[in-house]
Amino acid sequence: MHHIYCPYCEEMREEEEYSYTGEAHIERPKDPAAISDEAWADYIFFRSNPRGIHHEMWYHAAGCRRYFNATRDTQSYKVHETYKMGEMPTITAATVAANQVAKGDAS
Amino acid sequence: MKKYSGFSLFKHSLSHHENWQAAWRSPQPKKEYDVIIVGGGGHGLATAYYLAKVHGITNVAVLEKGYLGGGNTARNTTIVRSNYLWDEASKLYDHSLDLWKDLSQDLNYNVMFSQRGVLNLGHNLQDMRDIERRVNANRLNGIDGVVLNTAEVKEIVPIINDSQDIRYPVLGASWQATGGVARHDAVAWGFARGADSFGVDLIQQCEVLDIVTEEGAVVGVKTNQGFIGAKKVACVTAGNSGVMAAMVGLRLPIESRPLQALVSEPIKPIIDTVVMSNAVHAYVSQSDKGDLVIGAGTDSYNGYGQRGSFNIVEHTMSAICELFPMFSRVRMNRAWGGIVDTCPDACPIISKTSVKGLFFNCGWGTGGFKATPGSGNVFAHTLAHDEAHPLAAPFSIDRFSTGHLIDEHGAAGVAH
Ligand SMILES: Cc1cc2nc3c(=O)[nH]c(=O)nc-3n(C[C@H](O)[C@H](O)[C@H](O)COP(=O)(O)OP(=O)(O)OC[C@H]3O[C@@H](n4cnc5c(N)ncnc54)[C@H](O)[C@@H]3O)c2cc1C
Ligand SMILES: [Zn+2]
Repeated sequence: MHHIYCPYCEEMREEEEYSYTGEAHIERPKDPAAISDEAWADYIFFRSNPRGIHHEMWYHAAGCRRYFNATRDTQSYKVHETYKMGEMPTITAATVAANQVAKGDAS
Repeated sequence: MKKYSGFSLFKHSLSHHENWQAAWRSPQPKKEYDVIIVGGGGHGLATAYYLAKVHGITNVAVLEKGYLGGGNTARNTTIVRSNYLWDEASKLYDHSLDLWKDLSQDLNYNVMFSQRGVLNLGHNLQDMRDIERRVNANRLNGIDGVVLNTAEVKEIVPIINDSQDIRYPVLGASWQATGGVARHDAVAWGFARGADSFGVDLIQQCEVLDIVTEEGAVVGVKTNQGFIGAKKVACVTAGNSGVMAAMVGLRLPIESRPLQALVSEPIKPIIDTVVMSNAVHAYVSQSDKGDLVIGAGTDSYNGYGQRGSFNIVEHTMSAICELFPMFSRVRMNRAWGGIVDTCPDACPIISKTSVKGLFFNCGWGTGGFKATPGSGNVFAHTLAHDEAHPLAAPFSIDRFSTGHLIDEHGAAGVAH
């Protein structure tokens, strides 16, 4: 069971208070009628589904009832950070890779 | 391949069963194959088997990063049924059910397919309406099914709690008498042995690290055992499919999530059918060894760690104990997770891609074990002819942009 920090409540709470609502930072196309069916399908259905660092949205359903973002590792399940809607992550696949190189951990 | 028979069993007993032929070879990979299948689960092995047997294509390798059948194939609760709602899905799963019936003879390998019937319970008025609609659709498609009331369910499963004042009372069920279970390992091993006997190379501990393309066409794969060439590469990698697609810069409409199951200590025969409930995310059958085989729901979030959340198991167990109060005193022996490849419409993707020679067979999610023979059969056709088998055509990845989804979510009773 995860313990997740809600950036609005500013507290660690149990996973069961939250609902997972999918990949974060997916922008709705500004003019849906102007784009191809493939581009629309990509927006609606296609996901990056990485093994590793993932930015995702959670909803604090049994708490403040607000959406926020989390950076979580889908392999180790470590939640690296949570941040408010509209903010950008400070930890990404690129920063984690750079860190590993710096530490000489190429595995 | 030396055939298994009653006589061979007797003959080998005289030498203390020490001289059986290995079920398959462990060859070194060749430089080049006609077809490379990535993923040695049931679906990949069945694909290789039918490619060789039906289409005469035997210069084939199956590359498996772990051991054969060690993925979801060996982690599932082995329920087989075909009572899906929509024409496209019910035809595909029913094609598979037809193949199951003769599979042990065809493979000369006992896959222990047992048609003990499958119940999908309904707990409220809407469940019962959905069940009636689905059973009617099934019957129109020639798939057996009946709607049962509480008393009729109780007759089939005397130990079920038929009290009407519990949280999820049993109001009735759909019953597919031709459904059942099979031995998951045997399915992988039987297809593996069959494919090997036609000359297919099964290469274990061989992880595909990259898919190599030239001018938009596949030329081979980079593995931990070096480069292996092929103009056709078929990914049958279940939960890892998104990672495979990313190797050539593609995305899939798939999210990978842990799905859990658990087994109890072995007990005397107590339940001789399969009971599933979508609403409470619980299903149970009893293996020939005597363990109760119990399946849970998926975690709500993406994950690749082959374990699931404890709260999910807790929910499932409370539902199981409400349905079968006597199970509350049975001890659970083991629990595990598998990474399932969930698709937005709960149907598989059996498809070419925009990369020439690259095919995917994935998205079976929480319910692909039952489809193992059918999936391999239609996918082999698709690979051999470079064109979708008629039963596979509706499952092309194009459906997400044409809008022709096959929405089996919820409609199919339960997703397994
Ligand atoms: C707990 C649980 C219960 C289930 N219950 C049911 C059920 O009751 N009925 C039902 O019909 N279905 C059920 N399913 C679903 C079913 O198990 C799957 O849909 C089906 O087994 C998928 O088979 P597969 O061969 O495609 O995948 P897998 O058996 O997972 O095989 C994929 C293989 O690909 C390999 N692989 C991945 N990446 C690479 C790589 N880069 N290089 C080389 N090899 C690679 C993996 O190691 C793996 O062995 C259940 C699943 C789970 C987890
Ligand atoms: Zn909150």
